[in-house]
Amino acid sequence: MTAQLTTELAGPPPSPGIFDELSKREIRRAMLSGIAIPGYQVPFGSREMPVARGWGSGGLQATLSLVGEDSRLKVIDQGEDAGVNASNLRRLVAAHAGCTEETDTRSADIIQSRHRIPEQPLRDGQVLVLQVPGAEPLAGIVRDMDEQRRMHAEADYSKMWVRLYEDIVHNGLITEAAGYPVLVEGRYIMTPSPIPRWDVPKMNDSEAITVLSAGREKRIFAVPPHTRVVPLTFDDRPFEVERTPGAACRLCGSQDTYIVQEPGPDGTFSAWVCSDTDFCRRRRTGDAPAAPAAGGTAQGGTA
Amino acid sequence: MSSTTVAPPRWALKAEGLGRIYGVQGPESLDGTGPDFGTAVSPATGAVVAAWDIGFEVEPGEALGIIGESGSGKSTVMRCIAGDETATAGRIALRGVGHGAVNIRELDPPARRKLRLDQIAVVYQDPAAGLNLDVTAGGNIADPLTAAGWRSYQRIRDRAADLLRRVEVPLSRMDDLARTFSGGMRQRVQIARALANEPPVLLLDEPTTGLDASVAAGVLDLLRTLLEETGVAAVVVSHDFGVIDMLTRRVVVMRHGRIVESGLTDQLLEDPQHPYSQQLVAAARG
Repeated sequence: MTAQLTTELAGPPPSPGIFDELSKREIRRAMLSGIAIPGYQVPFGSREMPVARGWGSGGLQATLSLVGEDSRLKVIDQGEDAGVNASNLRRLVAAHAGCTEETDTRSADIIQSRHRIPEQPLRDGQVLVLQVPGAEPLAGIVRDMDEQRRMHAEADYSKMWVRLYEDIVHNGLITEAAGYPVLVEGRYIMTPSPIPRWDVPKMNDSEAITVLSAGREKRIFAVPPHTRVVPLTFDDRPFEVERTPGAACRLCGSQDTYIVQEPGPDGTFSAWVCSDTDFCRRRRTGDAPAAPAAGGTAQGGTA
Repeated sequence: MSSTTVAPPRWALKAEGLGRIYGVQGPESLDGTGPDFGTAVSPATGAVVAAWDIGFEVEPGEALGIIGESGSGKSTVMRCIAGDETATAGRIALRGVGHGAVNIRELDPPARRKLRLDQIAVVYQDPAAGLNLDVTAGGNIADPLTAAGWRSYQRIRDRAADLLRRVEVPLSRMDDLARTFSGGMRQRVQIARALANEPPVLLLDEPTTGLDASVAAGVLDLLRTLLEETGVAAVVVSHDFGVIDMLTRRVVVMRHGRIVESGLTDQLLEDPQHPYSQQLVAAARG
């Protein structure tokens, strides 16, 4: 009897590979807690992964806990599916879980990323897994972790506002670039992974689930579908996204996507290309929607 | 006598039977302490009865002084009211919280901290305790404003400039780090910050101790004007009768954790009754 119970509690037999089923189950529980309390950082027992902490170990654990044999997995580094890290992570997960590798954002069930949210608007049923290098938005403001937790618990965020105030006083604008602080569903202040400001509005009222996982800090947090995600800024200082007037993608001609500078043969940065390679490729073949996801347009960024 | 609709009290702050014991909390620690025994340390338990049976009321526009030597318990009383520490016994009520019907000593810590937003403000002896020295003067004032929900950068700037003007800090220094300010200027910024949300109760803990005489006189002058203008209920803790005389109308004298005498400040200065008060006044005159 006891032996049978123990067997049941132990779950499915361990599969060979890099991650056992019980650990996956713990991480799924942490994700569910995170979804239940949007923006709240849920502690979890981060496991050793075959990548170094700080190199996507948190995102990798989240992805491994979510994929099944019939999942289609897309992994991007910056916006690119073909990057070394992206390719290796994708192959690693596919080898472990037997899932299918995918590059088309529309067909992917799980998208793991660090620096970007795809331009293709995400749909119901998709999960975006973001690898988070620094989970705590208050880390640079108060050092004491107990105090950080108290501030979150009591929604005592005046020190964060003072920091934004000081930024404007010293620099004339809010200089926070990647991982811009956001208020989730009017309650918790959260830092996204180092996505550009351009991508921040895409988190607001998204159709997909966003799971943010920090392996080194051992925290998981999440944004469920249709959740308000508002970048912190003063009423009279509108949130602005990155924009270079007149610049367009060298390949597809887009002016409404996030573009990055590309080094020419002589090593100088002259041309611009889309950061999201999947979207750019589809734009060129006429297979992409006319308007990309809300980034840059919804919040009225100005030049 | 008792009616269900309670009229708001006249006082803004009331303390009754307030006590703070460090160590064994029971009544056994009280015997043998107090001015009659010349000690605040319980002979039975070794507990320190820092304050016991402290009571007073402060009305809006009025300033009450608490005077006593170092270790008399006056700062403990202030910290218990401010919420920096929790009193062992007694009742603290604010008119702004449930018309004075709530004992704020019994609120949980988060609710207690919220009172510091718009009900009670504190000016500490050491400006570093009340200010973030690595933030500009304006940023230090922005802190309580944003905590109270201010979200317009320009309105925060205007309000901070207005407050700094009132405490006579030159506006050209508004965007300098508080660390670069002199002691007297830091104290002025701390006062401006304390007044940011127009709290009905203001606690001043040795506000001019540590400043040199001429700077202290300037800060005292400013405080007297502000107390008159704002109609705030103030409690001024000091060991210096000069400060108490200048700022307050009523005073309580504390020794070994107990109140030994209370009365109008000018009367007490003219005609102190308790031997300890006589000593204090004589020392001030000397």
